[in-house]
Amino acid sequence: MKLFHDRVLALAVLMVAVTLALALFAPWIAPYDPLAQSIAARLKGPSAAHWLGTDQLGRDVLARILFGTRATLVDCGLAVGFALGVGGAIGVAAAFLQGWFERLAMRIMDVIFAFPVMLLAIGIIAMLGPRATSSTIAITIIYTPIFARLLRGPALVICEAEYVKAARAIGASPLAILVRHVVPNLASVILVQTSLLLSSAILVEASLSFLGLGAQPPTPSLGLMLAEGRNFLMLSPWSAVFAGLAVLLLAFGLNLLGDALRDRLDPRLAKA
Amino acid sequence: MLRRLLLPRLIDLVLVVAGVSVIVFLMIRLVPGDAVAIMLGANSEVTPQALSELRARIGLDEPFLVQYLRWAFAALHGDFGASLWTGRPVAEEILANIWPTLELTFLALVIGAGAAVPLGCIMASRRGRSADMVLRIGAVLGLTVPSFWLGIVLILAASRLLPGFALLGYVPFAENPLGNLARMAMPAFALALPILASLSRLIRSAMLDSLGQDYIRTARAKGAPERVILYKHALRNALIPFVTNLGITTGYLLGGAIVVEEVFAIPGLGRLILGAVSERNYPLVQATILMVTIGFVLLNFAIDLIYGFIDPRLRR
Repeated sequence: MKLFHDRVLALAVLMVAVTLALALFAPWIAPYDPLAQSIAARLKGPSAAHWLGTDQLGRDVLARILFGTRATLVDCGLAVGFALGVGGAIGVAAAFLQGWFERLAMRIMDVIFAFPVMLLAIGIIAMLGPRATSSTIAITIIYTPIFARLLRGPALVICEAEYVKAARAIGASPLAILVRHVVPNLASVILVQTSLLLSSAILVEASLSFLGLGAQPPTPSLGLMLAEGRNFLMLSPWSAVFAGLAVLLLAFGLNLLGDALRDRLDPRLAKA
Repeated sequence: MLRRLLLPRLIDLVLVVAGVSVIVFLMIRLVPGDAVAIMLGANSEVTPQALSELRARIGLDEPFLVQYLRWAFAALHGDFGASLWTGRPVAEEILANIWPTLELTFLALVIGAGAAVPLGCIMASRRGRSADMVLRIGAVLGLTVPSFWLGIVLILAASRLLPGFALLGYVPFAENPLGNLARMAMPAFALALPILASLSRLIRSAMLDSLGQDYIRTARAKGAPERVILYKHALRNALIPFVTNLGITTGYLLGGAIVVEEVFAIPGLGRLILGAVSERNYPLVQATILMVTIGFVLLNFAIDLIYGFIDPRLRR
């Protein structure tokens, strides 16, 4: 059982590390400029010169995927990071302070959470205008209540624990209790959920740019590559197929990582 | 019992619906710059007269609170205003486009939820063997396959394997039931895969939870066959979190349907709202979001209520 979990965990860590490295070093490892067009080499399949083929403007698909992955990871990383910061703070503060603050804050979170994800995203982007920044803002707003709700529960359990009561009894300041006891004990939940939610944020971001609501041409973006490649599907499916595969691998690695970490870190599952 | 069960939930419902309506109302007011100029600029010339005319038509020239009350009051009566460019009532446009989306969502829910139950049971009964590992990695894979990509790959595969087969577009079920289902099969499957993955995983862990309970040991001790233990005793309890989850799943499906409709050229709410976004037809965008979200909130309310009635522990 242990061996099996570790093997899944190792696979997930490897996948995430490789994609992070590819995204980080994209400018140095990409074989071509992702914007360089070549009219002579349009809609070609994979070859030695273009490993993943070329798109309708003769741009190198591999280079565009590397840069698109980088953009997706940066945008989703920022959005999920902000959402974790704001939503996490609200959730922990609600558990810690309780009373009217908890009721008001969680009620507001419930209202945002009530919207179907894609609809709220479309609404926010309709107002801000379709561009990558808008989709990042939309994802931030959507994931904030999710983090608040996910962290409030475990934070409540910790706030009621004997050791927190003991800390209160000996007169520790609320801030010290938060920093020394509550947050460290939430670390494993945060790690697991951030990894899972980053995976789903990547799918949302790709859907939005596929719908033309995220990054705009000619920016290399995975969702946009799929949307553009769709028009040339019967001529040359490579660009659309590989771009979608990149989204899949990205989301899969992160989700598997969250899943394996949960099994590893959750003491209840480890015993079973 | 009715009071204890229904009243707090009703208050919750009213608060959430009011909150949702405030957010949707504020959307158009929070557009950076002049929303009216932006709307006009999308389709016609911007003149001071046209600006003030449109501003008065959608009531943006009044105080915030008056605007909100007027807007909410009209919405409560099913009046969501007129579409900016066609002049047709927004509610009418939404009703004309809602059926393909509802059908797609419903079919995906039936496929996903229907297949998830047996799959989750198999996953739970084969725990720890290599089949379990394959199924678990398969579940993560199913969960993370982008539905729009899966749709495109399905179209590509079908166009090679079944040339001449009508794949795209939409025909109403009443007009041509077989043609309708044939066209809906692929989009429904593409939409259903992620929920099949997540729900089967949910069933698996709920089954493992209930298989560890005392009453299962009792059933085993009295010699009940494994099949009965699994499907009668354990599954019954495992279905409780499954039913609660269906509401959230439907919300995911409604959103996902917008994307899948785009891939398969289905004229549903997705096409309506995306068209409205590109025309900056804000009242239409607002009304679509409001109607679908409130429908979704009501559905969750109903599920919550049913759940409260079927779980005997909550009935006492």
